[in-house]
Amino acid sequence: MEDALLLALQLLGATIRVATPLVLAAFAGMYCERSGVVDIGLEGKMLAGAFFSAAVASVTVNPWLGLLAGIAAGVALALVHGFACITHNGNQVVSGMAINILVAGLAPTLAYAWFQQGGQTPLLPSQARIPAVELPGGDALAAIPALGPIFRELLNGNNVLIWVTLVIVLATQWVLYRSRFGLRLRAVGENPAAVDTAGLSVAGLRYQALIVTGALTGMAGAYLSTGHGAGFVRDMTAGKGYLALAALIFGKWRPGPTLFACLLFAFTDAVQVRLQGVELPLVGVIPVQFIQMLPYVLTVLLLAGFVGKAIAPKASGIPYIKER
Amino acid sequence: MGLIGSGKGQPGAVPGWVGYALLPLLNLVAAFVLSGLVILVIGENPVDVLSLMLSEAIGYPEAIGYTLYYATDYIFTGLAVAIAFHCGLFNIGGEGQAYLGGLGAGLVALVLTGWPWPVVAVLAVLASALFGAAWAFIPGWLQAKRGSHIVITTIMFNFIAASLMTWLLVDVLIRPGSQSPETREFDPGVWLPSMDRALGWFGIEIAASPLNLSFLWALACCALFHVFLRRTRWGYELRTVGRNERAAVYAGISPSRNIVTAMLISGALAGFVGVNDILGVQHRVILNFTGGVGFVGIAVALMGRNHPVGIILAALLFGVLSQGGGQLSFDYPTINRELVMVIQGLVILFAGAMENLFRPQVEALFRRRGGGEPAAAGPAKPGGS
Repeated sequence: MEDALLLALQLLGATIRVATPLVLAAFAGMYCERSGVVDIGLEGKMLAGAFFSAAVASVTVNPWLGLLAGIAAGVALALVHGFACITHNGNQVVSGMAINILVAGLAPTLAYAWFQQGGQTPLLPSQARIPAVELPGGDALAAIPALGPIFRELLNGNNVLIWVTLVIVLATQWVLYRSRFGLRLRAVGENPAAVDTAGLSVAGLRYQALIVTGALTGMAGAYLSTGHGAGFVRDMTAGKGYLALAALIFGKWRPGPTLFACLLFAFTDAVQVRLQGVELPLVGVIPVQFIQMLPYVLTVLLLAGFVGKAIAPKASGIPYIKER
Repeated sequence: MGLIGSGKGQPGAVPGWVGYALLPLLNLVAAFVLSGLVILVIGENPVDVLSLMLSEAIGYPEAIGYTLYYATDYIFTGLAVAIAFHCGLFNIGGEGQAYLGGLGAGLVALVLTGWPWPVVAVLAVLASALFGAAWAFIPGWLQAKRGSHIVITTIMFNFIAASLMTWLLVDVLIRPGSQSPETREFDPGVWLPSMDRALGWFGIEIAASPLNLSFLWALACCALFHVFLRRTRWGYELRTVGRNERAAVYAGISPSRNIVTAMLISGALAGFVGVNDILGVQHRVILNFTGGVGFVGIAVALMGRNHPVGIILAALLFGVLSQGGGQLSFDYPTINRELVMVIQGLVILFAGAMENLFRPQVEALFRRRGGGEPAAAGPAKPGGS
C-alpha cells in the first residue's frame, strides 16, 4: 500500500515536471489563437527561449537574466510572426513554419560558434539555474504517513517556474473570462469586424496577444534549459511545441480543459518511461512508441469529431483586412 | 484557404513578370542578406562562406551529382506541397508521407530478392506512391468529410509516422542479431542504378555520387504534374476547388472528392522520396532518412510559385544549399550544416509569409514610371486562412 502510494506520487510528480513547459506553451498558444492568429511556431519560440536563456545564464551566471533573455527571444520572434501575419497579411501557417525551421538552425549555429561545444551550451552550475523552492515544515510532516510522502514528492523542491506556471494558469482563466482585455481578445478572434466597429484596433489587440505568447513560450524554453535541465542541448524541445498545440486543440482553446490535456499528455509520458518492457495483464508488453503516439492520435480523433468536437475561434487564421 | 504564392497580384498594376520573377527574387535577396548578417554575427565573412558553399555544390563533377541528388528529393516534396496548394490545402505532412513511402519501397525491395531491377523499380515506385498516398489519405478524408483542419492533422501524422516507423524498425523489421534499428541490406541486384552506372551503359563516364535514376522520374513527375493540372479536366476541377470552393460547387464540382484526390497525389509524390533515398542510396530502410525534406518542400513550392519549372529551379537552389552547407564545416570550424536551416527558414519567411513585403514599393515605382492611372485600390491578396 505504501509502495503503491509512493509510486503514484512519483508518477504525479514526474507528470507535473513534464507538464510545466507544455502548459506554458499551450497557454501561450491560447492567447494568440484566441485573438485569431494561428501559431504553429510555438516549438521554435520555445527552442529560442531555451537557447538564449541558457546562453545568457551561462555567461552571466544569473538565471534571472537568462529567464529575461529567453522571454525577450520569444517576444522578438512573436513580433516577427506578427509583422508577417498582421501587418503584411501573410500566411500564418507558413510564417510559423518558417520560425520553427529558422530557430532549429539558428540555435545550434549560434551555440556552435559561441561556445564551441558541438551545438550546446556549457553545463550550467547550480547558481546559474532557476532554483527550486524548499517549503518550510518538511520535518514536521515527514513522520505523518500520507502527508509526508505527498509533501516530499509533490510539493517540496519544485522549481520556481512550476509555481509561476500555476499562477499563470489561474491568471489566464481570470484574464480571459473576467477582464476587459480578455473579452476583447476573445471578440477579436471571433469577429474582428465587430471589434473594429467598436473603435478598437484589431492589429493592436493581436500584437498584444502575440507578445504574451512570446513571453510564455520563452519562459517555457527557459524552464527546459535552466530550470529542469542544466544547459541547452540540440533539439531540446523535441516536438513539445507541437504537443502543446495538440493539447491546446484537445482542450478546445479553454484554460481548464487545456490544462487537463497537458497533464494527460505529460502523464502518458511519465507512464511510458516506467512501462518500458513491463508485462501487463491481458495485453502483454506495449511498445513504447504506441504510448508516445497516443497524444497525437487522440488529437486527430478529437479533430475528426469522434471524441467531442473542437471548434476553433472563428476568425482564427484569417488576416483581418479593413474594408474601404 | 487561398492559393499561396500564386504570383497573381492586382490585375493591371504591374507587368506579370514582377509577380513571378522580380518579387521572389527580391525576397530571396532579403533572405540571403539576413543570412549574411547571421554569418557576420558568428564572426565569418558572408561572401566567402556563400561562395565556398557555391563552389562546394557545383564546382566539381562529384559535387554536382550530390546537389542533383538532394534536388531530386526536393522536387518530389515541392511538387507534393504544390499540388495541395493548388487545391487550397496546406500539406505539412510531406515528412511523414515520405517516411512511409520509403517503407513501401523498402518492403518491395526486401521481398523481391533476385528479381530484375527494372521490375523492382516499377513496383517500388508504385508501393511508395501507395504508402505515401495512404498516409495522406486520412488527413485528406478527415478534411473533406469532417472538416478537421489539415494543417494540424498532417502535423500529428508526422509524429505518428515517426513513432510507427521507430516501432517497425526496432521491433519488427530489424535485421536479426543487429543492434541498430534498420532492415537488412537489399540484394544488390534490386538496387536502383546510380546515374554513373546507368550512363556507363551508354559509354558516358561521370563521377560517382548518390544521384540515381530517380532524378529522371522526378523530371517526368514535373511534366506529368503540368499536364495533369493544366490539360486535364481533373486538374481543372482541382484548381477550381482551390480557387473558389463555392464556385466549384455551383459548377457541379465536388470539393470533397477533389480534396481527397489532391492529398492522394500529394502523398504519392512525397512518397517517391523513398525511392530516391531507400532504393537508390541507402539500400536499406533506416531511421529518419527523410531528415526534413518534407519541410524543405514547403520552401521549394513557395519559391517556385507552385509551377513545375519554378519548383525545379527552387529545388536546385536548395540542393546547392544542402550540399554546399554540408561541406562548410570542413573549412570553417565555427560553422556546421545547421546554417543551411537558417537560410531555409529565412527563405520560407520572406518568400512565403512576407511575399508581399516589397509589393507596395515595387508597384509605386511602376506607377511613377508609367505615369498612368493609379493602380486598382485595395490590399494585396491575403495569403490564405
